[in-house]
Order: sequence, then C-alpha cells, then structure tokens
Amino acid sequence: MTAVMETAGLGKQYGKRWALHDCSLAIPEGKVVGLVGPNGAGKTTLLQLAAGLLTPTAGTIEVLGGHPGSGPEQLGRVGFVAQDTPAYSRMSVSQHLRMGALLNSHWDDELAFRRIEALDIDPRQRAGSLSGGQRAQLALTLAIAKRPEVLLLDEPVASLDPLARREFLQVLMEVVAEHGVSVVLSSHLVADLERVCDYLVVLVASHIQVADDVAELLATHHRISGPRRDSRSLPADQHVIEESHTDRQTTLLIRTEQPILDPAWTTRPVTLEDIVLAYMGQARDQERARKSGLGVLR
Amino acid sequence: MMRFAWLQFRNQAAVVFGGLAVVAVILAITGPHLVHLYDTTVATCAAHGNCSTATSVFLKNDHTLQILFDALVVVVPGIIGVFWGAPLVARELESGTFRLVWTQSVTRTRWIVLKLGVVGLASIVAAGLLGLMVTWWSSPMDRANASMYTAFDQRDLVPLGYAAFAFVLGVLCGVLIRRTLPAMGTTLVAFVATRLLVNHFVLPKLIAPTQRSFALNGVTVQGFGQMNGGPFTLFPANPNIPNAWFYSTQFVDRAGHPLSTQVLTSACPLLESGPGPSAPAGGGVESAVPAPGAGSALHDCIAKLAATYHEVVAFQPASRYWSFQWCELAIYLGVAVVLAGTCIWWVRRRLS
Amino acid sequence: MIEFQLDSTSGVATYLQLVQQVHQALQLGLLEPGDQLPTAQQVVGKLAINPNTVLKAYRDLEREGLARARPGQGTFIVGTLPRTDPATQARFLESMAKWLRSARAAGLGTDDIEAIYRTAVRNCFAEGVA
Repeated sequence: MTAVMETAGLGKQYGKRWALHDCSLAIPEGKVVGLVGPNGAGKTTLLQLAAGLLTPTAGTIEVLGGHPGSGPEQLGRVGFVAQDTPAYSRMSVSQHLRMGALLNSHWDDELAFRRIEALDIDPRQRAGSLSGGQRAQLALTLAIAKRPEVLLLDEPVASLDPLARREFLQVLMEVVAEHGVSVVLSSHLVADLERVCDYLVVLVASHIQVADDVAELLATHHRISGPRRDSRSLPADQHVIEESHTDRQTTLLIRTEQPILDPAWTTRPVTLEDIVLAYMGQARDQERARKSGLGVLR
Repeated sequence: MMRFAWLQFRNQAAVVFGGLAVVAVILAITGPHLVHLYDTTVATCAAHGNCSTATSVFLKNDHTLQILFDALVVVVPGIIGVFWGAPLVARELESGTFRLVWTQSVTRTRWIVLKLGVVGLASIVAAGLLGLMVTWWSSPMDRANASMYTAFDQRDLVPLGYAAFAFVLGVLCGVLIRRTLPAMGTTLVAFVATRLLVNHFVLPKLIAPTQRSFALNGVTVQGFGQMNGGPFTLFPANPNIPNAWFYSTQFVDRAGHPLSTQVLTSACPLLESGPGPSAPAGGGVESAVPAPGAGSALHDCIAKLAATYHEVVAFQPASRYWSFQWCELAIYLGVAVVLAGTCIWWVRRRLS
Repeated sequence: MIEFQLDSTSGVATYLQLVQQVHQALQLGLLEPGDQLPTAQQVVGKLAINPNTVLKAYRDLEREGLARARPGQGTFIVGTLPRTDPATQARFLESMAKWLRSARAAGLGTDDIEAIYRTAVRNCFAEGVA
C-alpha cells in the first residue's frame, strides 16, 4: 500500500516556536482524511509542508512518494486549496481557469468549465465580487481541474455558511467518487468532517494525538460507566483516554481491541466527536502536567 | 508561465506603453520643426557671425516641453520601480495568492524568474524607448547647448539601466517587506538615494579627469574678490572646451601650489585696496565682473603673476561621454542582476 | 429509485443507515428485484458523505444477497426480504400501546420507558446471538 503522505520526525519551527513537532504519520491512499485540531495546532503548517509551500525544519515528509514542491511533476500531482481560498480579486473567474490551463500540464478545461457552470457562477465575474462560498468553489475547481492524485484542503469550509458548507462537501465527495482522488482536509470542528472522512488525524499543540481509520476508531473506543473505581485497575489492553468521577460513579472513554467483559460496566458507543474531544482533552491534560512538572523542577 | 505572467501584467503594460505612445506622438509632431529651426539658424550662424544670439533664441523654443520630457525620463524609472516592481511579489504575499499560484504545476523558482524576466524586460523597453525618443528630440538643443554632460542621465542608454535597477529593487523590497505600500515607499527612497550617491560619489571617480594648463590672462581670469566671506582671490574661468564636464579650475605655480591670498596681495596690493568688484552675486556664484577702474589694476596683476602662475583645469572631455554612458549602464545593470539573484534566492529559500 | 436520508443524531453509523433504508424499502415493497440503486456519486452529491461509506453499504447488501453490482451499470436489487404482514404489525402495535399505557399509569416517564425498551431489546437479541 502506498502512502499518500508519510512523515518521519517532521517539525517546523518559526523563531523559537515549533508549529509542528516530531510528527510521524503514514496516511494510506484512497482515503478522505480529516485533520482535526484546535486553531493553532499545526494543521495549516502540516498541509503547507505537504503542498511544498513550506520546507521542514526537522524530519522528512513525502507526498505520493515524492518531495513536496520538488518540481512541476510533483506540484501537478497535488491539488491545494489554501485557507480562506485566496484568488486574484481583479481577475475574472474565466481568467483564473485560464491561469489553471497555462500553469498545469494535465489541466482539464472541460471539467473546469462544467463545474463553474453547474455552480451557476458567471465566468466573466471578477473573483473579488464572488461570495465566500463561490470563491471556495472556484478554488476547489482550480485544484480539481489540474487532475491531482491528492487534494489538500486547509479549513475549506470554516468561513462558509451551513448551506455553502454542505454544497462544498457535496462537490468534493462527487469528485472523490468520480476520480478516486485522495483527500486530506483540515477543520477545527469534527462535525464538519464527520460525514465525509474515513480516516482521522487529531493534531493538538503541534503533536499528533491519534491517526487511524474512522471505522477502526469507532470500533475500538467505548464509553463505559459503573461504580466508582480507580482507572488503574483496568485490564492492560484498555487505555483510558478520558475519565471522570463522581463520588459514586466512574465514567471512562477507553480504547481497546478486546471485548469489555467486566459486567459492572455499562458500555455505550461513542461518536467520532466524542473521540476527538477526548483526545484533545488528553493532550491538554498532558500539556498541563508537563508544565507543572517543569514548575516543580525549577 | 510566460503567458500567465503576461496575462497578469498586460493591463499595467497597456497604461505605460499607451502613455509612451502619446509622448511619441507629441515628440514626432514637434521634433522635425526643431531640427528645421536648428538647421536654418544655429547651423548657419557662423556665416552670419551671430552665434550667441542665434543659439539663445533657438533654445527658447519648446523650452517647457524640454523640461517636461527631461523630467519624465528622470521620473519614469522610479515610477516603474514603485508601481511595477514593489507590488509584484508583495501583493501576492499580502493577499495570500502566492499559495494559489505556487501550488500550480510551476515551481516558484520558475515563477519568480519569469515574473522578473517579463516585467523587467518591459521596464527596460519602456524606459529605454522613452530615453531614446527624448534623446532624438532634444538633439538639436543639445548640440546648441554644447554641454552634453548636463543632461547625461536623461539621454541615450542610462535611463534603461536606472529602470532595470529600480524594477528589481522594487521587487526585492516587496519580497523582504512583504507588504505593498511600505515596499513602495522604501523602493522610492532607496532608488532616489542610490541615484544621488552614484551621481555624486561614484560616477565622477570612474575615469580620472584630464588636466590641462592655460596661461594666466584676461580670458582665464574672470575677476577677483571674496566669495562667501572666503579669502581674497582671483576667480578662474572655465576655458572654452565644448561639451566638457569641468571638475575644477584653479591657479597654481610651477610646483603645483595654488595661488594664496598672501602671494596675491603682496604681488597686487592695488587690487585689494582699489574699488574692487562687488561681491559675487547669487549667493556665491563665481561671477565677479571687474568694476571699471579696477580693470587696469587687474591687468597689471595678471601680467605680474603670469610668469609664475597658470590655470589648471580638471575635466572630462566630450570623447569620454560614451565611456561614462556604458560604465553607468553596466553598474546599474550589474547591481540589478545581483538584486534579482537575491530575490530568486529569497523566494526559493526564505519564503518557506 | 429510492432516495436516501440521513439522521445525524441517531448515532447509527452512516453506512448502516443506508443498509437499513434499503431493507425498509424492500419490506414495504418500494424496491423490487431489478431496481437500480443510486450510484455512489449520486448519493454523495446529495448527502455530502464519503463515497466509501456508500460502497460499504452496497457491499453489505451484496453480502446479504440483496443487491449485485453490474460493472459499468451500477448496483441493482436482486433479492427480496419477506414483507412484514400488516396484520401482524397492527397486532403488536396494539399490545405495545397497552403495555405503554400501563407503564405510564405506573408512573414511568418517556426516558424510563425508552431505557427499559433498549435494555430489553439488547438482552433479547443478545440471547439470540449467543
């Protein structure tokens, strides 16, 4: 199985701050990957590294087995839609498509114009006068019509209203169904991605918290509750992601490959959002523990 | 990529080249008339013996246009730097569109090289054309003026060098500052500063001036007096060398020592006590006209000093005009190439 | 052709919702052998879900022998499910209503009743599996 994106010890530093640190990932091909994490977690940095807009400070990154941004061939294999979907405000929609045609060797002009027509956008309109949703669709069209093997989308729906959001994801999923392109898209809200992705990467505070198949995540995570007890007394194969206790009751979100046999537990399934929130909370707690640990050392 | 660079640039190009076309029309309409006037008045003045009158009358023609076009040639490179150069990359960085264009199937090295190439070439062509058109139009005036170094930076080749430099300077400012308006301002300041520095400190030192000696006489001595409260002295006059660029003129003895006030007052005591000329007019311009009565004293003085003193003139002759043109062009183009290299390196390495 | 709907609050996996809707349509006679199911592209264009989800649902239906993919044409219904007898449905609805009324009379609220129902279903079907 080839990896759409493979990183090893990848890091990017701005001044003294690591925007991304020690990130090792292998995302399989043919997936719709959700890259989820709070704002400033390093999602944009990771995607820009993959698109070749940034070069790593540490470690390596390969996209489709190649070096990001290394040449026209590699650039042509990767479609990128940047955050806030920038466009040349004084250029018309059709001039943008012309740009795509002039700058990409595998450009599909027919596909591009068909998409713009289906979206009811006037090709003569200036990009500066498009609505946010239309501009996002233009950016997506530009990225699709170059016929890439992987599409990278940085918070494509964050600034869109719910209707435009839905329309954008519809078009995106149609493209996936039609061309079998792999997709990595980021969002700070898992709800945006829940329906569309089948692989999830949770990035918190410049570290990867979890990266796995959505089906696998849903099958191996459970919320269990029962009489109060110490979470350290659990079997070794059950990893606690989140725990909360009242004086009578203990509720845990655990990850385990094995069935939960203890009859004292009431088991309930969890949603993707529960899992993501649990991992984000875990990262926050680890960060706090690390900071207070440092405080003690001082 | 070349065609895309052109697609983005063509509106700006249309404005400037449209303006150039207008200028060309005005020059084409008024130019031949000037040539005709020159041929019928100044060119034939020697036969009539009224050359100074003919020249000054001729130079009054289209004087305003002349000033306007000369100013245009000086200003256009700056405009190119500020309005074509500075926004070229800065606007992409500011609006985020670099993320769009750098993720098309064109490496950003190729992108910046072709952007610099296409717009840079247009800058050179625009400023070069304007310079050459104005040079052609002004040629009758320049011949009548016989002072080719005066309009040195508005004629022939150097304007295109300024334009190339200004453009690349603008692009580099944009790349480094990353914001359009500050980059435009910085470009303007840096360009003007560079031009002034080169004009005053580099250009005069490119070629050592020629020295020539002239005997002390009524022609070489313009007058005497004090200038701006300075020492009492004789004022040297520039010799009549057409199209020369004068660095200095002074009176020296055989050993090369300049004429001092002590020597002058001891040799010519009458000069200082006599009704000397009124202080040079115009805040220190060397133009002391001998007052009547002082004439004979000055004459005697010159006769006394002529045995030991002579006038030494340092200047660049007209024959070096083209050497200076090529040298300055080479300097500006060379710096432009270095700056362009810096731009490319920065875009490749530092903006990532 | 049937049109899929999604209930994002149900907690049921998306592919399972699609499978269940085909089941229901077969039980209600809305789908019959020979009918074509919407293509993955049509479904994702409407629901904005991952195409793999649709393909997974269709694979499940194929495994159950209810549908078959014809290369280049689409996925078609080939099997049937026994339709639920309306009289049986009515009978159980009536007895359920009676049970609910007595539960309510005993002071149970909606939440209590649902909790009991869910536990009962889980226990009942768990027995069946074991």
